[in-house]
Amino acid sequence: MAEHSHDAHGDHEHEHHHPKLGFWRKYVFSTDHKVIGIQYAVTGLLFLFFGFSLMMLMRWQLANPGQPLPLIGGLLGDSRMPGGVMLPEFYNQLGAMHGTIMVFLGVVPLAVGGFGNFSVPLQIGAPDMAFPRLNMASYHVYFWGGAIMLGSFFLPGGAAQSGWTSYAPLADIAPTGQTAWLIGMIFLITSSLLGSVNFITTIIQLRAKGLTFFKLPFFVWAQFVTAFLLLLAFPPLEAAGVMQLADRLLDTSFFMPEGLVVSGQVMDQYAGGGSPLLWQHLFWFLAHPEVYVLILPALGIVAEVIANNTRKPLWGYKALVYSVLGVGFLSFVVWAHHMFLTGMGTTINAFFQTTTMIISIPSVIILTALILSLWGASIRFNTPMLFALAFLPMFGIGGLTGLPLGLSAADIHLHDTYYVIGHFHYVVAPGTLFALFAGIYYWYPKATGRYLSERLGKLHFWPSLICMNLIFFPMFIQGMAGVSRRLFDGGETYAHGQDLLWVNDLIAYSAWGLALAQIPFVINFFMSIKRGAVAPANAWDATTLEWAAPSPAPHGNFLSPPVAYRGPYEYSVPGEERDFLPQFEPGGGPSDPGDEIDHGGAHAVPAE
Amino acid sequence: MDAIPYTVEERPDTGLNNVKIGIWLFLASEVMLFGALFASYILLRVGAPPGTWPVHGHEYLDVPLATLNTAFLITSSVTMVMAWAALMRQRQAGTSDLRKYRIYMALTVALGFGFLIIKYFEYSAKFHHHWYPSTNNFLAIYFVLTGLHGLHVIGGMAVNGYLLVNTKMWKTAPQQFANRVETAGLFWHFVDLVWIFLFPILYLL
Repeated sequence: MAEHSHDAHGDHEHEHHHPKLGFWRKYVFSTDHKVIGIQYAVTGLLFLFFGFSLMMLMRWQLANPGQPLPLIGGLLGDSRMPGGVMLPEFYNQLGAMHGTIMVFLGVVPLAVGGFGNFSVPLQIGAPDMAFPRLNMASYHVYFWGGAIMLGSFFLPGGAAQSGWTSYAPLADIAPTGQTAWLIGMIFLITSSLLGSVNFITTIIQLRAKGLTFFKLPFFVWAQFVTAFLLLLAFPPLEAAGVMQLADRLLDTSFFMPEGLVVSGQVMDQYAGGGSPLLWQHLFWFLAHPEVYVLILPALGIVAEVIANNTRKPLWGYKALVYSVLGVGFLSFVVWAHHMFLTGMGTTINAFFQTTTMIISIPSVIILTALILSLWGASIRFNTPMLFALAFLPMFGIGGLTGLPLGLSAADIHLHDTYYVIGHFHYVVAPGTLFALFAGIYYWYPKATGRYLSERLGKLHFWPSLICMNLIFFPMFIQGMAGVSRRLFDGGETYAHGQDLLWVNDLIAYSAWGLALAQIPFVINFFMSIKRGAVAPANAWDATTLEWAAPSPAPHGNFLSPPVAYRGPYEYSVPGEERDFLPQFEPGGGPSDPGDEIDHGGAHAVPAE
Repeated sequence: MDAIPYTVEERPDTGLNNVKIGIWLFLASEVMLFGALFASYILLRVGAPPGTWPVHGHEYLDVPLATLNTAFLITSSVTMVMAWAALMRQRQAGTSDLRKYRIYMALTVALGFGFLIIKYFEYSAKFHHHWYPSTNNFLAIYFVLTGLHGLHVIGGMAVNGYLLVNTKMWKTAPQQFANRVETAGLFWHFVDLVWIFLFPILYLL
């Protein structure tokens, strides 16, 4: 706080004295990036739990089609599960909302809103985000968007049921829940717009003294690219959402073809002449970059945890940075590989197939660099590291199984089968979610000043890893046999699916196992706030700037402005006593051999 | 350590303050929003069944009124710059007279009003002919594009009106106030620019 004499902001006196904030200002209307990050993370975790519960209902139905669900089945009402037996319409709602909630309300808010908000300003040595009030608004808009999505279950006709992709014209004529979905999405898009403007500005403007771009931790780079994806890819979905709202409320025909007949009824309130394909283009223009929004922060977390626990620098830091920039750019030109079977034509298919193969190159570079970082290390197998290590093969399986889907010929067979579900869940569930768990175990000491329990952490990790694979691997087999992902009876009426019906039981039991495996995590998460082992400020002997702040960090983060003297991953520097050399500590001999960026940066910094 | 740096002054190595970067990023996302709608216009027009898309926009739309509106918005962009320049001249001269700023800002807001009034007459003429968004896809994209643009005009006018009425900050933090006017100006020019694209695409082509 000694720096106040430098500040010429006399009109902000009230902020300087830190009056005790009341409950509402401290926990609900906070402008502190760490509180907002935790708000995002906790809300995101709750939505993940809710989305998981929807999936459990679906899995019951798939394993026991037409059987009444004991205990809670009867409580869900006659419009959903009369006598405990699930209606197809309700199954469709569960599917659409599971996808929407997991992607837009669970994983992205946790990965970007949670970890991005909490860790980025700390890692760049900033006192807060560049626009703290926008940051607060971003969380609140997200919260209300989520509330609208949840509330839509109680509308007549239930929640949205046209898939998380809301394909037209099906979504144009669906019950009211779809309108709520669109309005909820507009809230979420606004929230992510406010967030992404904030992230980019913060990373460009608020980097600490000496922290040049090539000294940024890889996690910050990942968030930087992610913010650009959110900033530029979401608005077209907003445009599409406005057009679908117009179709639903004003009877326009943006996505309505001519002469559409639904259940024997001619849809003559629509003039027709629109293009259902247009919705798909606009939707996937967002939703493919969105896939990278899901994965890049995860890669960033894994990079941090791996560098820290291998006790050596990341292999190929610059290759990682250029690759993440390349992935970000290319993710805007691959979207139509989701649409090979729409009849776009072979020329367009060939283009998007080519770009899809190209984007796998930087993705593989990133994964390879992370794997090579393990070479020759004496690895610390703590819980964050276990999750980060498991991420690598899981994400690898998810990525490699995507290649056949990106080839338009192979996609003819695999499109819309369980193979697709298996593929992207390997990327997002044991992939991204494991990385997010790694992040929770890794940064929890910074947020609370205490470690999570290692024993409970391992009890969380091993069953989760086994169950995840028992859930998603069989889906590849089902999918290659041709079982469609849309079947509400689990393939019971599908001739080629008969031999594989037992797989549905296996997956249902494994899903229960996965649910049970989260109990140690929940206990750990709440117990450790008060009873965990006390962590020092630098809880993992780490090198990046967030560990220069006290744990938990106060409003304003650092006791004095940190200075970055060297690159982010100076572990096991030859000639040093300790096996880590933090960015924020001066001295320590010649750093970064061969790093030309260093000459301007470190020497321009006056020693304090 | 809790004051956020570079909210008013520029960061030496980037040469920008936070707000300038923020508004340009926001405008970039706005370009993608309107860009998606323009792209949809092209796809819908190219894919329209024969005879369902007007050969020229003026079969439905009033070109003279829209030309007048174009003139209104371009003039308002000029007065917006003049308002900011008036502030900066006062800053350079070390004085704090707001008279010229007020005149130019009031003109900017008034021209925005003029634009909306003409737009109101245009819309009601359409409804009078029973031309609605549901009539055909040309009118649908016309109403969505101009409606969304109109909302942006209203938003810009709200910000400009606030800066016109509430000038307290000019006394306490003059540079920050001038920066706010500049930022509002960047948004207003963007709104103007969108119209410069809308006008030929909807009315003339």
